[in-house]
Amino acid sequence: MSLKDEIEECGEILGKDTVDSFLVCMQCGKCTGSCPSGRITSYRTRRIINRLQAGDRSVLSDPDLWMCTTCYTCYERCPREVRITDIIRAVRNIAAREGYMSEPHRATASFVIKTGHGVPINDETKKLRKELGLPEVPPTTHKYPEALESIRKIVKKTNFDKMVGFDWDTMSLEKREKK
Amino acid sequence: MKEYAYFLGCITPNRYPGIEAATIKVLNKFGIETRDIEGASCCPAPGVFGSFDLRTWLLIAARNVMLAEKKGLDIVTTCNGCYGSLQEADHILKERPELKDWVNENFKEEGLEYKGNIKVKHILEVLYDDIGINKLKEAVVSPINAKIGAHYGCHFLKPSLVRGHGNPERPTILDELIEATGAESVDYKDKLMCCGAGGGLRAKELGYSLTFTKQKLANMKEKGIEGVIDTCAFCHLQMDRGQIEIKEKFGEEYNLPVLFITQLIGLSLGFSTKELGLDKHSIPMTEKFIR
Ligand code: SF4
Ligand code: SF4
Repeated sequence: MSLKDEIEECGEILGKDTVDSFLVCMQCGKCTGSCPSGRITSYRTRRIINRLQAGDRSVLSDPDLWMCTTCYTCYERCPREVRITDIIRAVRNIAAREGYMSEPHRATASFVIKTGHGVPINDETKKLRKELGLPEVPPTTHKYPEALESIRKIVKKTNFDKMVGFDWDTMSLEKREKK
Repeated sequence: MKEYAYFLGCITPNRYPGIEAATIKVLNKFGIETRDIEGASCCPAPGVFGSFDLRTWLLIAARNVMLAEKKGLDIVTTCNGCYGSLQEADHILKERPELKDWVNENFKEEGLEYKGNIKVKHILEVLYDDIGINKLKEAVVSPINAKIGAHYGCHFLKPSLVRGHGNPERPTILDELIEATGAESVDYKDKLMCCGAGGGLRAKELGYSLTFTKQKLANMKEKGIEGVIDTCAFCHLQMDRGQIEIKEKFGEEYNLPVLFITQLIGLSLGFSTKELGLDKHSIPMTEKFIR
């Protein structure tokens, strides 16, 4: 499948017109000029869009793809209404499926599978919650095991667990070679 | 009496419960009650989980919205990430019947159904629309006398097409709320710039992520700003704990106290620094924020 077709497939959630909009980019560079990440790194938003237009699959393995903070500044300012931030999310989905997910990101994903939270509670916060008159454990998946089961069902259904390489026997991440 | 289902997310309850305590106290003071959403999970983060797998992101976010729907209550959030995720998911499901059907099919077994009959709100909207600037001003018993740097964060305002809070380049809502406490909201360079934490950058590239933060803090210092006020638990973590990390990584110190908007309002209403959890922040409060 071509990169364009794969991006369009990600439009199932964000809308085809949204993720397709990279096709109308006129390479003016306003996105790069607006980008806080581009100020401090070699990341260039316009270049990413340009490479997508050219069907250049090397974008998927380029660490620059993960330099965007999803601040939406470029998205708001683009004169051609290219939905840049959504396109970046969609292309990252493809990259993740191809195994280009960094270790820290796999770890964040595994916390949600293990606890229902990307940032789980710790003893220090439990103590502080009590001091503040709040229940020591918040009324979330931390407190309700059946709710956590519901989250686990979802990640199994979508094969998210397989994508991040979560091993249910050891309840931890499988070792992966760096790609 | 008005009631909201308080969607906690992760960072508010699990790192900065002072934000949770302050929000409940301030809302209660004006006759607004908050209810738990039992079994809620991570929102999950729009720029992080949305970047990994949009289908998983939508299902988990939809589940959180449905839990509040079941209670028949609108949602209030204290994190731009949580607001961003739940509001975007709700928006998508209201516009796209085929996705609504897909979500409902997935949750049939669990007896959950997305109906689309509640609103997902950010705490700024509840403070501004339900309580209002005049009432907030009238209730001040301990005015704040400080120069403040407002930090809006990104996902409350943008994408403006989905959020619907007007021009994201010239917002005033947070500045007005800050000034209702007696403080002065001071403009500074790149005021609307991102804190640097989002989209998975904090987890993957801490150094670059903190460089955003460092620039913002330096721009605030240049204007004589004495405290940062934010609207997002994740920005809050980045600006508060981030200052310790900046010191370790770059050897630079800013010592700017960071308060969530309901913590600032809480002080102006007469609550103590301790009651609002402000004594447990990474950067200690200066006398301007000690009550
Ligand atoms: S601002 Fe829009 S049209 Fe201009 S280069 Fe960026 S994506 Fe293309
Ligand atoms: S959304 Fe991403 S690419 Fe666009 S300006 Fe923000 S950081 Fe840069």
